[in-house]
Amino acid sequence: MFNREIESMPVGKMKELQLERLKWSIKHAYDNVPCYKKKFEAAGFHPDQFKSLDDMKRVPFLTKQDMRDNYPYGLFAVPMSKVVRVHASSGTTGNATVVGYTKNDVNTFAEIVARSLASYGVSENDILQNAYGYGLFTGGLGLHYGSEKLGALTIPMSGGNTPRQLMLMQDFGTTVLCSTPSYALNIADYIENNMPGFDMKSLKLRIGVFGAEPWTEEMRGEIERRLKIDAYDIYGLSEVMGPGVSAECSEKNGLHVFEDLFYVEIINPETGEILPEGEKGEIVYTSLTKEAFPGIRYRSRDITRLYHDSCKCGRTLVKMDKVSGRTDDMLIIRGVNVFPSQIEAVLIGFEGVEPHYQIVVDRKGSMDDIEVMVEINEKIFSDEIKVMSNLSKNIADRFRSSLGITAKITLVEPRSIPRSEGKAVRVVDKRKI
Amino acid sequence: MNVTQLSAFVANKPGHLQKVLKVLADENINIITLTIAETSDFGILRMIVNDPDKGYKVLKDNNITSSVTDVLALEINDTPGSLFNALDVFAHLNLNIEYMYAFTEKREGKAVMIFRFEDIEAAKKALKDKGYNIVRKIDIIGENK
Repeated sequence: MFNREIESMPVGKMKELQLERLKWSIKHAYDNVPCYKKKFEAAGFHPDQFKSLDDMKRVPFLTKQDMRDNYPYGLFAVPMSKVVRVHASSGTTGNATVVGYTKNDVNTFAEIVARSLASYGVSENDILQNAYGYGLFTGGLGLHYGSEKLGALTIPMSGGNTPRQLMLMQDFGTTVLCSTPSYALNIADYIENNMPGFDMKSLKLRIGVFGAEPWTEEMRGEIERRLKIDAYDIYGLSEVMGPGVSAECSEKNGLHVFEDLFYVEIINPETGEILPEGEKGEIVYTSLTKEAFPGIRYRSRDITRLYHDSCKCGRTLVKMDKVSGRTDDMLIIRGVNVFPSQIEAVLIGFEGVEPHYQIVVDRKGSMDDIEVMVEINEKIFSDEIKVMSNLSKNIADRFRSSLGITAKITLVEPRSIPRSEGKAVRVVDKRKI
Repeated sequence: MNVTQLSAFVANKPGHLQKVLKVLADENINIITLTIAETSDFGILRMIVNDPDKGYKVLKDNNITSSVTDVLALEINDTPGSLFNALDVFAHLNLNIEYMYAFTEKREGKAVMIFRFEDIEAAKKALKDKGYNIVRKIDIIGENK
């Protein structure tokens, strides 16, 4: 453990620490950010009334829309001279959301990434190749600072250029790869298609650190098998800090939340009411020490559950499930919750299948009907009907086994799925309910 | 050398086949014979054309998913029982035909069968052993004997 005292702190003691820090953080936001002051006052809440964790329910939520409305610096809580870094989201659905960090915040960010890396078994003896994009996105610099804090040799490779990635892995003796899980599969594809006879064992790679997009156990299996590594999930969001808000441990069974720094709650996304431990809902974050950009009850839209188990790794920190999707694009099909990200994960599991797909949900009689249209490409095209129908059948089988839904798979011509601003329109819901 | 077949993915919708044919026509590609295998959603158009490599390139340039495959072209007499006898060769050796189609030659009395095999070389050997005439290049049929 990178920080044994914190990571194995008794639960009761952790709650005391959280309460003390919450009082500071809520007051810090109220005193220094007009948006919070206004929200709190409108809800009839004053930070002085915050006495116990139970009072959390009285604190208003912060939403993505609040961030957009306060673009770019409106939610910063310290003078600009104290802010040393910003990161920003791409802003595909509105203004970009901008987050800021003081020197202390940058250190905290490095701390959580160092803790995450240590929990995967990375140490100062490792050589870490960081294939996250360096830039406004939190992944690149986040992993970089954390890896340096841990003391690992850090290769700031950034994303893309697969042949060069592989060359560095070979020449530099890379032992840890950080990237998105889909990029890891890209690397595996590249090796299999372009480097016949390449032996994965000629690499020293042993650990993969993957995050920034939802991925499934299936994808983990595929990455581990094809790259011959142990693959671990790192979770985070820029609005809260960046990657390292929570991390898996050697057990690969749930992610420990670094709750000395982030207070987490699960709410019912419809009513906003706090759900008891173990129930699935939307996860809400409150920063406990952040100076530049406090986040008080930030609604992440990510769906998961929180629970304590006696984790064999020795950490007492609360655990969350791998995030299964987001509330904004959740579909309920015949009573089953389905997220486009899960559908994507199923499709990524098929070699050569393009991530260009469209889900059409319709209601025939009283039954929901789901059709997944998948664009065909040369890699999966065959002149034989049996090969093509096997592909549809295998995809349908995988949907049934991993998502529990029966979907009709339709193979369609390339570029026939409408794209808006270059992005495919993922879901068409024709149901009139 | 085998005969090269050009295949294309076509949605089973009005006008989509025509789009493929237009691309080929515009580039002066002549179709000698074709067959379509259809499902409810899409069809696979398989063609013998005068210039398969160029055909493949122009389809690709027009975002039409296509491929080229080696097929076996066999010349047989255009008489009752000829195809039956030819297939006997494969059945005896347990060689499965994935699909097949045919066209008659302009020269009288002959037909050309196009076969798709998993193992084309095994099928060729079987036919040669039985003295059959395997066509090497479709566009010079009638000149290669």
